[in-house]
Amino acid sequence: MNLRQIFIELFSRPLGIASASVLGLLYFSAIFAGFLATQATNEQDLERTYHPPTKIFFKEGGLRVQAYQLVDPSTAAYEPVEGKSYPLQIFGRGFEYRLFGLIPTDRHLLTLADEAGSFYLLGSDSTGRDVFSRLLYGAQVSLFIGLIGITITTTLGFLVGGLSGYFAGRTDFVVMRLVEFLMAIPGLYLLLSLRAALAPYFESDQMFFVIVIILAFIGWAGTARILRGMTLSIRKHQYVAAAESMGQHPLRILQKHVLPNLVSYLLVAATLSIPGYVLGEAALSFLGLGIQEPAASWGLMLSQAQDVKVFYLNFWWMLAPGFAIFVTVIAYNVLGDVLRDIVDPNMQTR
Amino acid sequence: MISFVIRRLFTLLPLLFGITMLVFVLMSLAPGDFLTPVRAQRDVPEELIRSIEVEFGLDQPWYVQYWKWLTNVCQGNLGHSWVYKLPVTDLIGQRALATFLLSLSALLFSWCIAIPLGVLAAIYKDSIFDRISAALAYAALSIPEFFLALLLVFFAAQTGWFPMGGATSFGYEYMSLWGQIVDRAQHLLLPTLALGIGSIASIMRIMRANFLDAMRAHYVQTARAKGLSEFISMFRHALRNAINPLLSAFGFAFSGLLSGALMVEIVLQYPGLGQLMYQSILREDQFVVLASVMLGCTMLVVGNLLSDILLAWSDPRIRLEQKD
Repeated sequence: MNLRQIFIELFSRPLGIASASVLGLLYFSAIFAGFLATQATNEQDLERTYHPPTKIFFKEGGLRVQAYQLVDPSTAAYEPVEGKSYPLQIFGRGFEYRLFGLIPTDRHLLTLADEAGSFYLLGSDSTGRDVFSRLLYGAQVSLFIGLIGITITTTLGFLVGGLSGYFAGRTDFVVMRLVEFLMAIPGLYLLLSLRAALAPYFESDQMFFVIVIILAFIGWAGTARILRGMTLSIRKHQYVAAAESMGQHPLRILQKHVLPNLVSYLLVAATLSIPGYVLGEAALSFLGLGIQEPAASWGLMLSQAQDVKVFYLNFWWMLAPGFAIFVTVIAYNVLGDVLRDIVDPNMQTR
Repeated sequence: MISFVIRRLFTLLPLLFGITMLVFVLMSLAPGDFLTPVRAQRDVPEELIRSIEVEFGLDQPWYVQYWKWLTNVCQGNLGHSWVYKLPVTDLIGQRALATFLLSLSALLFSWCIAIPLGVLAAIYKDSIFDRISAALAYAALSIPEFFLALLLVFFAAQTGWFPMGGATSFGYEYMSLWGQIVDRAQHLLLPTLALGIGSIASIMRIMRANFLDAMRAHYVQTARAKGLSEFISMFRHALRNAINPLLSAFGFAFSGLLSGALMVEIVLQYPGLGQLMYQSILREDQFVVLASVMLGCTMLVVGNLLSDILLAWSDPRIRLEQKD
């Protein structure tokens, strides 16, 4: 089954359409984070910490934002001011940013016309930063770490697993023992040890790469193991023997004759393992060992929700990044399962 | 059987050897060592520091250090924790017990709920119950454990029904035996929930698939044909055979729980092995890290071994295969 057929089949199933569109929406908002964001990620406002989500309503021919005032600073209690509100602008000017990291602009989807007001779609955090905007910027890290990580592991897993399965014999034995060894260590323990060893060699704003390296290092073993088994069986086919007798280089045989047979499997396996990367990044950042402030990532934002104040005063919007992770993971899982049903319902993916 | 167990335990040795070496290399890559914070403390005498440096060969390359550590370990000396000012052996024992207790209770909790649910979902296949449970299983599998733990803390704080953090209450030592058990159980409740819900979903799905296979098997047809009641043919004939493959998932489930326990322990402040390992990594408490990684891996291998033994015990075919 080629990729085209798989995609046609995917979009003829309701669950496939649903999960693909949820993911599309998530990646769209990550890419257009600057445009959709209502405030710059690091714009603090210590006067308005733990501000609840502001109400939006339709009045006088336009969208308006309810005004709030701080009633009790010690419990961060806000109350709406009767009859006072600020108008919302569509495509108005706001903070400056670069669209796609290239085009400098200051247009935004929603901005507040009046500087005096405050507008928090999803409330504000402990230093008065807008949770919604940070969620969008965090998506850039949390969503793309999965894509980059899976690209590295799949390439590495294919090379190692493919070569190991192709050559068999002693190479295979050594590589497989290494793989089993890596798989025998509890994942998070290995994650923490690796991070402790690597972190001092990088600046804190390079943590993104450290995380990718660590996650890829842990992830390739499983892929390599399964791909090796599949290569072993593909190797027995006559066309591989034919290519060999023509004197083709092993790497070229892997690329031309083995890889095309694995593509559909790789697609399913990759889709099903991306959540692992999203969760790995979230876990590391949540522990304070991943992405560092002032950058944003979902795990890092969630670590702020560990504050006792958040629990007891019911700042529920601080949990929003957790729901974002949840939605991402469930969408990938559903998409992966649909793809597996299309390609081969009995496929072994772990 | 016994020789099989012994052989499996022997394969543990090279594994532990490799893992500790890996951790050792990783920890020596990081600048500074576990004595760096100690040297800054004024109350630690110079001679003591020097004697430790010699004992563990800190001035020498990592492989010499590793060898020294290894010989120390073989003599039962796991080193000293600088953060807790305790020998590692004393420290790690209670932590491992707490994690083991947590993993075990999560395992029991999830199996007790997942197996009946899976069987029901298989018997009433395609019913509304089956659909709802499948959707819920999806959700439960996708929710990260630490987020679930966070939600539970939120819930506990809002309602005040559950104790937050710790494995025991203040004044645990002065309680009666019964009071101690109840107290521990209360503290285990939230971590068990956070850890168990994910595995309920996965075990339920496996159980449902197994039971569906077993229901279609010839021996169940035979049972029905000879006039046994539906109840007996389902539970005495199908269920027994459907549970078998689950036993092999036991070890896998256990290892998953160990890894997941780390995050849950940290969020819920449950003093287990994972939390200890995390804090020691932050503070470069090298020997504690080594010992906890080692213990974690051992628990994992023993869990796998246990599942193999269970499988051999429950399935005569596997037992006979080994005799050949």
